This record gives sequence, structure tokens and C-alpha cells, in this order.
Amino acid sequence: MSKAIDKISSTAVPVRFENVDTDQVIPARFLKATSREGFGDNLFRDWRYNADGTPKKDFVLNNPVYSGKIMVAGKNFGCGSSREHAAWAIKDAGFDVVVSSFFADIFKNNALNNFLLPVTVSEDFLQSIFKAIDKDPKTKIDVDLEKQSITAGGRSERFEINNYKKTCLLNGYDDIDFLLSIRGEIESFEKKQTIA
Amino acid sequence: MPKTLFEKIWDRHVVKTIDGGPSVLYIDRHFIHEVTSPQAFKGLEKRGLEVFRPKQIVATADHNVPTLDQHLPIKEELSRIQVQQLVENCKKHHIELYGLGHPYQGIVHVIGPELGVTQPGMTIVCGDSHTSTHGAFGAIAFGIGTSEVGMVMATQCLLQSKPKLMRINVEGTLGKGVTSKDIILYIIAHISASGATGYFVEYAGSAIRNLSMEGRMTICNMSIEMGARGGMIAPDETTFNYIKGRQFAPRGAEWDKKLADWKQLYSDESASFDKEIDIDAADIEPMITYGTNPGMGVGVTGQIPSTADPKSLTYMGLHAGTAIKGQKIDYVFIGSCTNSRIEDLRQVASFVKGRKKADNVEVWIVPGSKQVEQQAIKEGIDKVFAEAGFQLRQPGCSACLAMNEDKIPAGKYCISTSNRNFEGRQGPNARTLLASPLTAAAAAITGEVADIREFI
Ligand code: SF4
Repeated sequence: MSKAIDKISSTAVPVRFENVDTDQVIPARFLKATSREGFGDNLFRDWRYNADGTPKKDFVLNNPVYSGKIMVAGKNFGCGSSREHAAWAIKDAGFDVVVSSFFADIFKNNALNNFLLPVTVSEDFLQSIFKAIDKDPKTKIDVDLEKQSITAGGRSERFEINNYKKTCLLNGYDDIDFLLSIRGEIESFEKKQTIA
Repeated sequence: MPKTLFEKIWDRHVVKTIDGGPSVLYIDRHFIHEVTSPQAFKGLEKRGLEVFRPKQIVATADHNVPTLDQHLPIKEELSRIQVQQLVENCKKHHIELYGLGHPYQGIVHVIGPELGVTQPGMTIVCGDSHTSTHGAFGAIAFGIGTSEVGMVMATQCLLQSKPKLMRINVEGTLGKGVTSKDIILYIIAHISASGATGYFVEYAGSAIRNLSMEGRMTICNMSIEMGARGGMIAPDETTFNYIKGRQFAPRGAEWDKKLADWKQLYSDESASFDKEIDIDAADIEPMITYGTNPGMGVGVTGQIPSTADPKSLTYMGLHAGTAIKGQKIDYVFIGSCTNSRIEDLRQVASFVKGRKKADNVEVWIVPGSKQVEQQAIKEGIDKVFAEAGFQLRQPGCSACLAMNEDKIPAGKYCISTSNRNFEGRQGPNARTLLASPLTAAAAAITGEVADIREFI
């Protein structure tokens, strides 16, 4: 299974709300599974479906005009609960990138650990992406991790990501592989620790 | 060089730092529960790994458990499987589990401190964002995702970048009827639900120093609701007195050694923070939220701001420019890792004694742990609640996240002592108003949002 991410070019799905919390991404009552798969079906469950299970027509994921591997969302995306199920649900629903002007910390880590790339752009750039998609839902967005650049509607912006994480994503490495490789150092650290 | 409290603890736990990248941070204590651990155990098994330091992990079942008839098998099949899986995983990996039926069972952030597992100077994690609660003891404590739970199980370490540091100073004396919950709701309303993202927060000032450990935990608990990675308070005599004698607290010579070290844990006089905020305790009223994130709060005598997000207000069925006081309430939930400790129950009981709940409300009191429940019974608090028409249930997360049967019906208003008022948090289309236990108790008696100061 190659998880690595490099360049992604795709149309996008705009989720225009700000402060989208992970309870909206995946409500708690769907967290009872003991595997990582299948959460995509309940992504944005209560925004996407009525209580009787019929789709809500006005929600963007139910609008066939919008599709793609990139989700574009309003400021402060992924706040609230630490549930990694939120990142699993987004990835499982076919997204590889989430673009926003601001991500909550835990969500960002969870996303990175699942090879779902969080791209932080300026508020101005974010609004210009929304506008471009409004005008043409088939607008292509290009994300280049190596170059740390995102291009949409004729504009480009550079995004930040720490070097270590970038290397992991480009090569498909997990943090856990790295940590396991230094277990010897961890053991010597434990021996030196006197307090706590 | 002068150091902050955070830096003193952080620096001692760095195993190594990757050039231009994060640090490898050693974790002293790891709490796990049934919802965010199963996939981590599976991941370990897939790699053929064992849990590296099982003695540094404590497990409990809390998120999914019923709050009635806990001695019977869990009715809901998926919940039962999840809880059962935790039992099996803990057994297989030699992890101490305080599961259903155990005298120490309870909400993970209630039992850690109450058992003395949580101690100053530690690094503490759990697959749960309210792990920040443990910071009240002067620990670096924060929530992690399930992949990270797996990393800590496998290596007792995490890769972490050092966050920015913020200090919030709350000086002065709190008014009558104003509690630690009001302080934190006030702070979040002040700086917004994302105002501390990227920061680790230290709370300081005389109003914080004067709080009990329970009060301090309530504050640190909600740090995540303003986006902070965690919150912490320097340990002092209040902290040491709380820990001393608890089940897993150090004893004898070990206690003396630890205590001497703990006393060094404070931010040095000239240590610097990336951001500081000063708050006057006298400005804080009993608080209540009207919207769908914890930053949407006002003083109980205030009005819903005209600038409030219309989508939120539509969900809540409330209107900008109107008073929140007098709003009819259907349910009262007193519980969650924010406010379900014995002090919270005592406070509610002392106000409620001799009073009765309003006819239009249903009141659920869900203690944070088996020990809290037993203590409440010992003190006769259960009788006070019974006479008032309140239901005292069994410990768990309950209606804080409504993963079990404890759901607020669609469209109903619930005044809740928990920490999140997100859409659907307490059940699909449920409407949550966050408040302190005292404000919740006042609503239980009057059937509407009320100002506790008029009753005490
Ligand atoms: S009580 Fe609520 S916030 Fe606390 S751990 Fe349980 S679900 Fe999370």
C-alpha cells in the first residue's frame, strides 16, 4: 500500500462553514466501530442526511456538481474532539487534501498521520478559491507538496509544513517507524530519568 | 536562563530533537478508554509488537457505558463489543483496567487525579482532547489521536513540536455565585473558540491560586475549547494536599523526594511567554452559552449579541438581541469530566436541599466516578437529590457526548455542565447551553435559565 503523497490535482468540494468541529465531521454515535474503515459513509452525517436517512439536498456532499479529492473548508477546521475518526472519515470518503485558513492542532496531527494533507492558506486565498469554485465547480486545484505550493483559479500560494513531516508524507513513512527505530535511545533515556 | 513551568517539564522529557523537526517527547502516563484505543491495539498486533511499558498505562470504560443498571450486560450491541474489546486488549497486554463494576471505574479525567496517578511534572496523554484536565496538577497533559495512542503504546514516546506559550492571569476575587466554570467560559467567550490554537496555556493569578483542585481541573479541562493544546497550573500546597495519601501517590521517603522536586515547578519570575492575557475576576458573572461553540457565551444577565452567527442561532432556536435569562429548559445534565466531581455534587446539593425541581424539567446527575458516587451516598447527597426529584445515575460520560442511551431529544433545551455545545453533541438536534453546576441547579429549580445570585 503506497500512502505517499506528492502532487494532487483535482476539482474540490467546498464546505463553507467556519469552526467545523469533529463532532460534525463524524458524530459520536458512529464511533463504535473497532476498525479504521467505513467511516466515510457517515462523514458529516447530520448535515448530510435527515433523521430518516434521506439525503439533505442542500448539503454540498449531496450535490453532484461538486466532486474531487480536495475539500476546501472555512476557518478553524477540525476543532473539538481528538477523534481520529474524523480524519479517517474524510480520507475514507476519498479526500487526500483539506484546505483551510486555519486548522485545529489535534486534527492537523491526525490528518498528517493518515496521509491526509492539511494545507493552510491565507484567508484571502481561501475566499478566492471559494469564489473560483462558485464560478466554475470544475475549477482544478493543484497541490504540490514537494514545492509546498497550491494553485487555484490562476493564483498560487506557498504553504508551510515542517520538514520532517514533509519527508514522511513524500515517502510514505509513519512516525511509529521512526520511533521504533530509536527504541534503544528511549531505553537509555529511561535509565537516566530520575524524577517522575 | 529563566524558564516557564511548561519548559521545565518539557525539557526533562525530550529524548532527542530532530533537526528542523519535532522533538521525541517521553510520556510518563498514558490513559486509555474504549473508543479511541481498539484501532491502536489492532495496529500494534498487525506489526507484531507488544505494549512497551504496560505499567505506565491505565484504562477505564467511560464513553459508551450505560448510566443505569451497570451490573447488567450492556444492551447496545456495538457499545458492548467496544467495552468487551477493551477488557480483552487490557488482559492480553497486561494493562490495569478499571472497567465496569470496578470500584475505581469512571471518566478517565476524573479517576486519574482521584487515584493519585496524575502528578506534577509528568507528561500525560490520552486519546481524548480533555486530557488537558490533568494540567491542573502542573503536568504537561494533552489529547492525542489514535495513531498517536499506538505510538505511545509501542514506544512510550511521541513526536511533538514545542507549542507557543500563553499565560492567562486571573486576578482578584470572584463574585458570589461565580465559579471556576464561569472563569473558563468567560475566558473562552473573550478570546474565542480558536483564540489559543497553537498555544499551551498556563493559568495564573490570585483567583486561580484560590481555587480547589476540582476548580482548577474544570479550568484546565476546557483549555481545548479555545483551541489550546493544553492548560496547566503550577502546583502548590493545594495540589500537594490533594495528592497526599491517594492510592497511587508516592509515600514515605519517595514522597519527600518528589515533593522537593514538585516545589521547583513554577514559571520563573522573568520567564517569558509568547502571549499574556490579564483578566479581572470581578468582571466575571455566572456564564451561559447560547450558540454552538463554547466561545458563544454571555453573562447570564446579558443579551445574545447581534453579531452572533445566524446558522448557530437557527439551530438553537434563539434570537439575537434577546435576553438569555428566562429561556425555558427541558433537561438539566450535571456531569462530564468538567463538572462531575464530589465538590460539584456537594455544591449542587447544598443549594438544592429543601427545594424541588420544576415540573417541566428532567434532571440527570451523573457522577464522574464510582468513588464520587460512593462518597455522595456516604454524605447523604443522594437523598437530597432524590427529594428534589433529580436522578442520580451511575458514572460515565453519558449525555456529554450521548454515545450511550443518554440523549437529549431533538429540539429540546438542555442546560449542561459539560464542555461542548456543538450541534448534535448531546443527541441529534439537541440544544445545549453550557453553564456551571450552580447555574444548572438554578435552572433545574426554576425550569428556565436563571441567575443563581438571586437565590443565594
Ligand atoms: S465526559 Fe465528555 S468530554 Fe469528558 S471525556 Fe467523556 S465524552 Fe469526553
